[in-house]
Amino acid sequence: MNRTFSKLALWAFLALLVALFLGYFITRVLPDYLPAGRAVPPRLGDLVFYACAAATVAGAAGVAFSRNIVWSCIGLLIALLGTAALYVFLSADFLAVAQLLVYIGGVLVLILFAVMLTNRIGEVNVSNQSLGLGGGLAVFAAVAPLLMLVAVLVPWPVRPPGPMAPTTARIGDEFLSTWLLPFEVASVVLLATLVGAVVMARKELKAD
Amino acid sequence: MAPYQPKSDPKWLVALTLAVALTVPFLFPVLILLSMPLAEPSGGGVTLALRWLGNVLGTDLSGPVAHDVGTAVVLLLIAFLFINFGAIFSGICVWWERRIAGRMQSRIGPNRQGLGGFLVWVADAVKFLLKEDLVPAEADSLLFRIAPYFVLTGFALTFVVLPFGHSVVMADLNVGVFYITSVTALVVVGILISGWSSNSKWALFGGMRSAAQVVSYEIPAGLAVFVPVLMAGSLSMQDIIRAQGAAPWDWFIFRNPAALVAFFVLFTSQLAEANRTPFDLPEAESELVAGYLSEYSGFRFALFFMSEFGNIWVMSALATTLFFGGWQVPGMPAAAISALKGTGAWWGWQLVSMAVFAVKTLLLANVVIWLRWTLPRIRIDQMMTLSWKYLVPIGFVCLIFTLFWQLGVGAAPGLELASGVALSVGALFVVIAFFRRVFKNVTDVRGDAIDLSNW
Repeated sequence: MNRTFSKLALWAFLALLVALFLGYFITRVLPDYLPAGRAVPPRLGDLVFYACAAATVAGAAGVAFSRNIVWSCIGLLIALLGTAALYVFLSADFLAVAQLLVYIGGVLVLILFAVMLTNRIGEVNVSNQSLGLGGGLAVFAAVAPLLMLVAVLVPWPVRPPGPMAPTTARIGDEFLSTWLLPFEVASVVLLATLVGAVVMARKELKAD
Repeated sequence: MAPYQPKSDPKWLVALTLAVALTVPFLFPVLILLSMPLAEPSGGGVTLALRWLGNVLGTDLSGPVAHDVGTAVVLLLIAFLFINFGAIFSGICVWWERRIAGRMQSRIGPNRQGLGGFLVWVADAVKFLLKEDLVPAEADSLLFRIAPYFVLTGFALTFVVLPFGHSVVMADLNVGVFYITSVTALVVVGILISGWSSNSKWALFGGMRSAAQVVSYEIPAGLAVFVPVLMAGSLSMQDIIRAQGAAPWDWFIFRNPAALVAFFVLFTSQLAEANRTPFDLPEAESELVAGYLSEYSGFRFALFFMSEFGNIWVMSALATTLFFGGWQVPGMPAAAISALKGTGAWWGWQLVSMAVFAVKTLLLANVVIWLRWTLPRIRIDQMMTLSWKYLVPIGFVCLIFTLFWQLGVGAAPGLELASGVALSVGALFVVIAFFRRVFKNVTDVRGDAIDLSNW
């Protein structure tokens, strides 16, 4: 009974936070960006955008709240797909497709693969150990103010969506001219990861 | 021994069946061609259609909401047509593959339902729809239910950028090839989820084998795709086709010796990614029941197989685009095409370009089927060895060779033509030698009589 109550309290607290944030966003942030005096009816693109954004948030919530790690993976899949869709809305076509390839084709498949190789993954107390309400609140208290501050204080640039211009060639040019050093450093990091993976996976051959 | 006498000779029946089999799936691209004006990015086609509809209905449909609804309806219609093309192509492909398998294994194959057994794929589809949709009691039922849709989505999304003809492409994305390689990742996710959620050890083995296989073969496939991308200087499917010509020596596969190698690397990797024999380890009927789809039945089973056979079209069309000149027709340079615009011949040209693309793709699809009934399944260690020890290094060599080749072509433009003519003449000799060999084998067995009586 006590457990159910604490759970309900947690959910109510979360719902309150979401409601507060939405209220703040709608009353304070949104009016600055809307043309004064008239309400703009949502267009098809807006509806798709909100659907993608909602899917991203729902997926992220699924990652955090799911008790089964495979379900967390599915939540991550939805969140990553939603993020890729948001990149499309920012007319970052190359980035969106790279997101699909790297995070869904690579990272997510790897996670699912690792989950399948792991024994007793269905048991919640093995796979998804939680810190409990106290630990969760502590982490929340540590992280939430920072995120809220960032969300509220940063002067987010608002621009009307530009035409969908191709970005691939420009990304390539920038990588190989202005940002060559960071690009190469990132390559070295990846190379180190690969070498490390080989060292860890290699079977030690005994001379006998 | 008396000379061999066929019981009957249903030439016309066979020709009719083949004609129907070739026509039916391509009705859908033709319908898509007719709806392309509605789908142009500026939305002008939708505006015109709405104005016409408004006149018919006697209401004003020029508002933004009506335009949005109209756009959504058009997009849904075209998506419906594309998915139906995939479904009907894969259905007919199943029938064709079973007939070829019968021929190659000296048996008859399905020949009862309809002419030449042609309706067997319809019967199969109806049977799948009527079967009970079983979900194992111990399975994760929701994941088990949604897994086939991941596979279907990954398959259907490729049609967004896959060209069917000169103007018949849904969206000529600037990142087209890259997009195709990345949406196929959803298929892997679907296979992994179906393997895990079935709660069956065979399905889990199949899912894990599939993940290992697809992740391994994505790398050589990606490296091989880079070669035509470097030669065309673009990732867009239509730009890659436009960078090639209609004649064989203008195709990318012959214009660069490394591209010839890269084509075989890509083709092998795609066979592996599509779980086709000799790389059908994830299904492996003799070892794993049916691999990741062991527990599936009814419509969900049909979805898996629809995507698998539809993938034959996707991989063949991708190879046609990247290496075989796509829809290019001899005697139709870009200037002649744009001169046709606005005349009635424009639509004829579209149909011709679609036919050329379809013929090239179907030839490659037949090679895929042919390989399945020729090669035995390889072992899992051989599968890994082939990818990591052979295809990946070969892919890197092709990539680096192409970089230097493009520099060389920049200095001496005749290089591409020389390579194109030399390699395409070589390929012609290989084809002639192949047909002579086949002809010799046929005549050695029983003369040139072709027995169609059990067709």
